[in-house]
Amino acid sequence: MSNYLRLQFPSKSENESLARITVASFVANLDPTMEELTELKTAVSEAVTNAIIHGYGEQAGEVTIECALFDHTVKVVIEDKGVGIADIDEARQPMYTSRPELERSGMGMTIMETFVDSIEIESTVGEGTRVTLIKTFGMSNDVM
Amino acid sequence: MPLVETRFEHGVLVISLKGELDHHAVEQIRDNIERQLAENHYRGLVISFRNIEFMDSSGLGLILGRYRTVREHGGQMALCEVGASLRKLFEMSGLLKVLPVYDSEEVAVQAIQGA
Ligand SMILES: Nc1ncnc2c1ncn2[C@@H]1O[C@H](COP(=O)(O)OP(=O)(O)OP(=O)(O)O)[C@@H](O)[C@H]1O
Ligand SMILES: [Mg+2]
Repeated sequence: MSNYLRLQFPSKSENESLARITVASFVANLDPTMEELTELKTAVSEAVTNAIIHGYGEQAGEVTIECALFDHTVKVVIEDKGVGIADIDEARQPMYTSRPELERSGMGMTIMETFVDSIEIESTVGEGTRVTLIKTFGMSNDVM
Repeated sequence: MPLVETRFEHGVLVISLKGELDHHAVEQIRDNIERQLAENHYRGLVISFRNIEFMDSSGLGLILGRYRTVREHGGQMALCEVGASLRKLFEMSGLLKVLPVYDSEEVAVQAIQGA
């Protein structure tokens, strides 16, 4: 592991931009393309927003982000100690949302799956949720 | 810094969004747009994404929520100036199947006026 970062903040929506910008800065040395960077920022934003909206909701809590670099790969772990997810398979379905009244579209998990190379979701009801995102840069097949 | 810039053109409300469309920003923008939709007699809504620097699923929820409002009002809605990374999100969510996307504000407004 060549570098790592640990970030902890209260579950306030104003910290969403701080979180994704910090992760983006952390990977800057890997020279990601703009597209790769946008994808990573979007995936992190989805996980952090989920922790704030679904994990904690009206309750106050803390969101933790851990990042680690390995060669051209970054691993980002987003964790909350909120309500947890009862049925992870259902939660991962495109368009599934438990909060339609908040104008959620149920696309966050699908977006994460599309924008990183691998995603793992671990959750225990009443204990919290941990989302692990892994993305390798410079994997695009473009010839130039 | 205003996140929403509005003009009204021959019955079409044209809203240009600015900055980063995440959960935090959307909470304020939603109320702003809803207020304008309630205060104006409109036949359509155009949302421009020209000045959007970042968007996640919160933006999708914002668009679909306003689409609901506009449809209940019997109006038309269109999007315009959507960059490559936003287009990917729109495609993924199926939004492009329900909402037309135009290259410029002008064309979007004309499309609604001609509808
Ligand atoms: N950290 C979390 N804690 C508890 N429940 C979660 C968490 N993350 C996701 N969920 C559950 O999984 C569902 C699906 O999440 P997903 O991000 O795909 O959609 P959404 O957040 O509801 O909508 P969108 O992301 O489009 O705004 C959520 O509605 C929620 O029920
Ligand atoms: Mg979500």
